[in-house]
Amino acid sequence: MTIITGATVDRADPQQRQKLAAELRELLPSHCVLDQLEQLKPFECDALTAIREIPLLVVLPENRDQVQAVMRYAYQNSVSLIPRGAGTGLSGGASPSTDAVLLVLTKLNDILEIDADNRIAIVEPGVRNLAISEAVAGHGLFYAPDPSSQVASSIGGNVAENSGGVHCVKYGLTTHNIRRLRYFDHTGELVTLGASGLDAPGYDLMALMTGSEGMLGVVVEVTVNLLPLPESVVLLQAAFPDMEQAGLGVMNIIAAGIIPAGLEMMDQTAIEVVENYIHMDLPLDAEAILLIELDGTEAEVESQLGSVKAEIGKFGAYDLRLARSAEDRIKLWSGRKSAFPAMGQVTTDFYIMDATVPRRHLPYALRHIVELSDQYSLRVANVFHAGDGNLHPLVLYDASDPGQVERTEKLADDILTLCLSLGGTISGEHGIGQEKLDKSCDQFSTVELEQFERVKRVFDPLGRLNPGKAIPTPHRCAELGGLHVHQGKVPFPELERF
Amino acid sequence: MSEMVDRDDSQQLVERVEQAREPGGRLTIIGQGSKHFMGCEPQGESLDTTDHCGVIEYEPGDLVLTARSGTPLVQIEQLLAQQGQCLGFEPPRFALNGSAAGTLGGAIASGLSGPRRPWAGAARDFVLGMTMVNGEAQRLHFGGQLIKNVAGFDLPRLIAGSMGTFGLILDISIRVLPVRPAAVTLQHVLPASEALAKMIEWQRQPLPLSGLVYGQGVLSVRLSGTAEGVLSAREIIGGDELNDAASWWDGLRDQTGAWFAEPGAVRRISCAAAAELPEIGGEWVLDWGGAQRWYRGDAPLAMLEAYARKIDGQLSCFRGADRKKPIPLADPRLVEIHGQLKSAFDPHGVFDSGRLLVQPPLAAGLQSSFLSDPAAK
Repeated sequence: MTIITGATVDRADPQQRQKLAAELRELLPSHCVLDQLEQLKPFECDALTAIREIPLLVVLPENRDQVQAVMRYAYQNSVSLIPRGAGTGLSGGASPSTDAVLLVLTKLNDILEIDADNRIAIVEPGVRNLAISEAVAGHGLFYAPDPSSQVASSIGGNVAENSGGVHCVKYGLTTHNIRRLRYFDHTGELVTLGASGLDAPGYDLMALMTGSEGMLGVVVEVTVNLLPLPESVVLLQAAFPDMEQAGLGVMNIIAAGIIPAGLEMMDQTAIEVVENYIHMDLPLDAEAILLIELDGTEAEVESQLGSVKAEIGKFGAYDLRLARSAEDRIKLWSGRKSAFPAMGQVTTDFYIMDATVPRRHLPYALRHIVELSDQYSLRVANVFHAGDGNLHPLVLYDASDPGQVERTEKLADDILTLCLSLGGTISGEHGIGQEKLDKSCDQFSTVELEQFERVKRVFDPLGRLNPGKAIPTPHRCAELGGLHVHQGKVPFPELERF
Repeated sequence: MSEMVDRDDSQQLVERVEQAREPGGRLTIIGQGSKHFMGCEPQGESLDTTDHCGVIEYEPGDLVLTARSGTPLVQIEQLLAQQGQCLGFEPPRFALNGSAAGTLGGAIASGLSGPRRPWAGAARDFVLGMTMVNGEAQRLHFGGQLIKNVAGFDLPRLIAGSMGTFGLILDISIRVLPVRPAAVTLQHVLPASEALAKMIEWQRQPLPLSGLVYGQGVLSVRLSGTAEGVLSAREIIGGDELNDAASWWDGLRDQTGAWFAEPGAVRRISCAAAAELPEIGGEWVLDWGGAQRWYRGDAPLAMLEAYARKIDGQLSCFRGADRKKPIPLADPRLVEIHGQLKSAFDPHGVFDSGRLLVQPPLAAGLQSSFLSDPAAK
């Protein structure tokens, strides 16, 4: 990824913008089409602020028919579209382009149906993740995937990114928690995937569409599965003198047959920064803090709590804190959850990374990240989902110093390479978007990328949906130069090198 | 425990695919053959995976096992049991010559899941990554060993349930789960309407459910969790405890139980759990808390189709009826996508597509064309 510093320049062709805006205003109410620079500027990036561009045009349709009108128009007039939800994505999956219309779906935000007996809700794509759980709480139900952006992020975006969250170690990702999707294909025709039941005949196209980053269609309706709210929830916080021991504690909780609802970790840098920010008397001598959430029936939770305490006790856990009431849990979670704002106190800029390693390699990966941090003279804090090996290193840097920007990019690249070498992946939950396109060349071979391309062409033969995201072309990978040797073979042997 | 063989036959298998790219070449993938009855009669030369077997990697603390596609399910389950773990989706092990059979590759390619499915997830939900060979004889690896992985399209889960039509699965990384320490099965004798109401009520509560099925007038509830958790939940459920429950659930999972042993075609309706009950004579089993409904009886097919349509469900022929007709999909566009996706993986048509044939939707009210009724013959 290349971090962009300084102001964004509007590179769009003013005549093309004017013509498009006029034609789209024939299809949508005038206020739904944004074409003035001051209106477009807020859409110059999603939550990956390091990549910015002024979009050609922004449209905000208010209903499904208007989405269809825009899509049909785009198809007939060879216009590329970039679908966008709330814009909370961290990999630039919705980052705009001077050559494409940004199709923002946040105004489609109705909950269409709640069916408590079947434990489902049918919602429009712009409905916020948390709004679903709030709407169904009265029925004793909730929607399980809870990305940290859940207050703002929309379900359409969650489907596009296959969002996870703190609780996916037990409840899975978006793909495990939805059963029907309706989307507009690249021509603007409505297609329904999935079924009212737990499976549908034919290929599992739901699985393919989920996490496809808006490259295969534009989702306009999602049927989500709901779960009964657990009777009891407890949160246990434990400190460990040593990162190795904390990692073993994580492994042993799982090996003891317990799948916690959440299993989060903070490293020493994160503990220090957070403590200076909210003063909750965190043990500053600890190398790691684990947060373990258990849920279920009261009897189930109490017996699991006993086992967890016994398991982590074997690895030197100390300063145990237990929260039972909702109020106390919020307080105890606040350390973990304030990590990002806390970083803002100690640095002007930070880069949130996302990668995974198998749980057994967590201590090794974290030690190695500390070494890399020293090597590049940049601080790295880790607050992450230990239960599923999903690391979120935060690289602290100063964007006004070009040297630091460059070092940040290299450090981030080294961390991803490290995770790949340990059998992990370059993205656990934030997606590839625009940010990790180049790094994808390290994870996939030419033939694998070509297979992705053929699948993409089935849904979008003209390449007009979210062009240039999520899946790099083999050509792009070849041009990168820095060759990755995959399974002992040089990638793209058929291409010439200069 | 039968000894596990560790053999990598992938080179020979890839060569077979390479050869089959010649005009007229066609392969039908077969493991132990326990799901031979599904889909159309297999066409082409058999591509046998059973020599490609063995567990490549198993990390209990990471809840992941990687094995070659021809590895017998029973061997994998024995290995997992030694570490107190299991395959959470309870893949059916349809019997061959009286013994539980099936390979890991077959379980994932067919995408079938057992009684625990509504609470634990389906076969595809447990697939983390796989290596496959497409119709161009290219070896491809997608996904990984972790539950969180959003790099690239989620092709492993697309390939799960595709009945070998996209290509040959060489190895699979699969998420495994701890066996819960305690389990109990409780039964109530109830009429169907009361049973369905109970199933809906209990599924709305936070109970440690792992099985919920009604058949032959008996509602059976399986609870799995910690000893204390199961004990407190059984107070809510009530009923009589079933002895030898494990083998009873295996009978449902593997379709070896008394109900499945009766003669006659078995049809399946997948629907929302609370969908209204059928008023159709014959024998029904409501599994998955109501979301999977098995039928055996003499009702005309049009009647079953009308019922499935009314409840927004999906009717399929599972066992014993005419298998030669394609499955109707709800939307002609889906049929197009199926054909194009098949070509995207297998442009020369190397892999037998008859195991998962689809066709455009049937017009409402028309007499069925896709499932002829053996009872009417």
